[in-house]
Amino acid sequence: MATFKVNGIEHILDIEPEMPLLWAIRDEIGLTGTKFGCGIASCGACTVHINGKAVRSCVTPVSAVEGQEITTIEGLAVAIGGTNTSLSGLAAVQQAWIDHQIPQCGYCQSGMIMAVSSLLAENPKPSDAEIDAGITNICRCGSYPRVRKAIHALANA
Amino acid sequence: MKVSRRRFIVSTALVGGGVLIGYSATRPSRHSRANNELAKGSERFITSFIKIDKENEITIFVPHSEMGQGIHTALSMMAADELDASWEDIKIEQAPAIDLFANGDLIKGFAGEFGVPDALMPLVNMSAFPIAEIMNLQITGGSSSVRYTGETAMRTAGAAARKMLLEAAANRLSVPIDELTTELSHVNHNASGQSMSYGQLATDAALLEPPENPILKDRSQFNIMGKAISRNDIPAKVDGSAMFGIDAHSDDMLFAAIKLAPVFGTKLTSVDATEALTLRGVKRVIELEDSFAVVADSYWRAKNALALVDATFEASENDSISSSDIDARFSKELAENNGSKDKEVGDAEAELEAAADVLEANYRVPYLAHAAMEPMNCTVHFKGDAAEVWTSTQDALGTAGRVATVAGLPESKVTFHQTYCGGGFGRRVPLLNSNVIDHATLIAMEFDVPVKTIFSREDDMQQDHYRPAVHNNFKAAFDVNNNVTAWHSRFTGPISVPGASHIPYAIENQSIRVVDGKTHVPIGPWRSVDHTQQTFFTESFIDEIANRAGVNPYQFRINLLQDHPRHRKVLEVAAEAAGYGENLQEGRALGIAVQESFGSFVAEIAEVSLDEDNQPIVHKVTCAIDCGWAVNPDIVEAQIESGIIFGLSAAMYGEITIENGRVAQGNFPDYEVVRMSSSPKIEVHIVESGGAPGGLGEPATPPIAAAVTNALYILTGQRVRDLPIMNHEFSIGNPVAQV
Repeated sequence: MATFKVNGIEHILDIEPEMPLLWAIRDEIGLTGTKFGCGIASCGACTVHINGKAVRSCVTPVSAVEGQEITTIEGLAVAIGGTNTSLSGLAAVQQAWIDHQIPQCGYCQSGMIMAVSSLLAENPKPSDAEIDAGITNICRCGSYPRVRKAIHALANA
Repeated sequence: MKVSRRRFIVSTALVGGGVLIGYSATRPSRHSRANNELAKGSERFITSFIKIDKENEITIFVPHSEMGQGIHTALSMMAADELDASWEDIKIEQAPAIDLFANGDLIKGFAGEFGVPDALMPLVNMSAFPIAEIMNLQITGGSSSVRYTGETAMRTAGAAARKMLLEAAANRLSVPIDELTTELSHVNHNASGQSMSYGQLATDAALLEPPENPILKDRSQFNIMGKAISRNDIPAKVDGSAMFGIDAHSDDMLFAAIKLAPVFGTKLTSVDATEALTLRGVKRVIELEDSFAVVADSYWRAKNALALVDATFEASENDSISSSDIDARFSKELAENNGSKDKEVGDAEAELEAAADVLEANYRVPYLAHAAMEPMNCTVHFKGDAAEVWTSTQDALGTAGRVATVAGLPESKVTFHQTYCGGGFGRRVPLLNSNVIDHATLIAMEFDVPVKTIFSREDDMQQDHYRPAVHNNFKAAFDVNNNVTAWHSRFTGPISVPGASHIPYAIENQSIRVVDGKTHVPIGPWRSVDHTQQTFFTESFIDEIANRAGVNPYQFRINLLQDHPRHRKVLEVAAEAAGYGENLQEGRALGIAVQESFGSFVAEIAEVSLDEDNQPIVHKVTCAIDCGWAVNPDIVEAQIESGIIFGLSAAMYGEITIENGRVAQGNFPDYEVVRMSSSPKIEVHIVESGGAPGGLGEPATPPIAAAVTNALYILTGQRVRDLPIMNHEFSIGNPVAQV
């Protein structure tokens, strides 16, 4: 049995301890906002938060998150909520993604948003070099220039 | 397996003789059919793309796939503006995958009147499909949606619907139609002060005949087009609610992991699945002609079990072929064969014989995978003699037709559920590349619950239809005064986009010919198709010629573009914006390239340096684009940024190699792409020439490779004639002084 919380809800799942968290979230729990991109922690499409910190769920076995709090894109606004939540019910980082018209195909953006929100929680005013080092997610549509602008706008908000 | 003819016949009967394309979309048979089949309650289709309800909610049906290019928003803006609707009243919906919304009508219209548009030639050429078989599709590709569907069908549908609403109001009020005006989804009669919403008029208007040739607005009359309106698909893409093909989900769903023949075109010979079948959750192991699949109650379990299946594939004559063999074959082909004519002007051969000097260079590019972020996948649910399908596709109707053909079902029994596409780039056109759909269908036929087949990233990369590997031999002739007098180009084919290998430069004698480049590696359209490789070749070699002629590469281009003002203009705008010719930061250089593709003219200037390890860094790309006029300037900018970064990934890192007949790369570390740290600053300048709208999804991709390598040449004196750039070692040895 694997027991952990996703977006505040406790799940007790009869699954193998080595099942990656990604597939537990998508196929067992049925939350599809977290994406499968590469399966080897290279692209970041599967990024979720474990206790508030960005983790690539495709290589994280559920045994490693026993009893922990997982946040996916669906739960981000509530999880980081408070003064960080805009009127639209989105986290500030999500609202910035709309303001800067960032997503194109959008497939990588759940992971991108989770990665950026974690970066900003640790480092509220990252430099360009810190953004380069901290955000290694792949976006094939090339949203990087807009992501960078949005991060700076959030940092200066 | 072919798309059946039946749908083509239905489509022809509906469309008739195919007068104006936009008109075909508004024929009475179409919108009355839409009202019979799709309208509920007070809703009325005024034309087949526009539905209005009593509360004045105006729904625009977009017959194209949203892959992030903003097409749902852009096309809706075009229809809404001609309709004189208020943007607040507009609701955008994906047109369903039924022949009523086929956009193959456009292809037919263009084929009948003007020949097949260049942008769609790959579809016709690459697989030799007769034009009749692509009539009834909903293809999104060739940067064509705004240019064809938008400019013809959507704008005409909006204008026709507006005219019908005016007529309905004139009848209702018993006033002459020319006393009426339209504004913000209302018809107004200023003389009497009466005003009616479109919603109040929809029922009457739907009974009228659409006008034959509704007058479209002049640009000065636009209220919606030309504005940077926010895309409607973005909110769902920031909170996880956007549905992609891979997100199809149900409690009783099964999942398939598949292993396809690693050497293209070979067959499965034996399978031992004894051990795999003992694993938890595994339901079946399915053997197909060229592959086997494990079906389980979770994708992860299916994938794990797949690794335990012991299988063999037949031996093939291609088992020993590697990239070096393909390169050798291409070189031999170019050395021994004069090929077939692409373009001949004057007598380049004679000029080369008589030349005072000849410059020769050999260029090549490797195969490329698409590597869309959403791995290929397809979910099919068979229910007796019917099927439902979910997949991310660039052609909804074509996908449904493909499933029907593979399953042997009538197409009326296949229901397609359209989702957003997690990247397309040419990979998701089933007519050209349907392996995931075919396999998913064959696997799901064995079950009565939904089965989702997912290609792993490795499957996706190793079972693609690749951007072709191409070699190009160039010769240029110079006279005693260093003037270039002949351009001689021989490259390996195929030609999928005619004209991509042509140059705009005024060189008197030109001979451009193509030789056979066929191998066992399957190829397909890759963002910008032939322009991706050809622009690297031609814009590099013209730079070599400029250097040999002793003229600054910018000035050299300008001098030879006297008859091409749109090329010249974007070069001038980009050069000025990039500070070309001014003092640059020490250790940096600017490289230039320009190309016309898909109706747009794009110049790019890359600012490049080498870092302390002599690795190239692209700091900034300045781009000027003449796309006629911009329907939505922010979408234009986004597509430019996207196209440049996509092309830069290929230029810097992209390489699919063949070893022992199969693809050597499997995942992103082996097939690296641009990330945040390697992404340049991008500055976009839109040059509004007022010409017809040009394409946007692709035209920014072609120039970037040559822009970067041309800058590297200035920095180092090293000419990069084969990609990717990462295979080269650079040093600041012999920087080239700019003349």
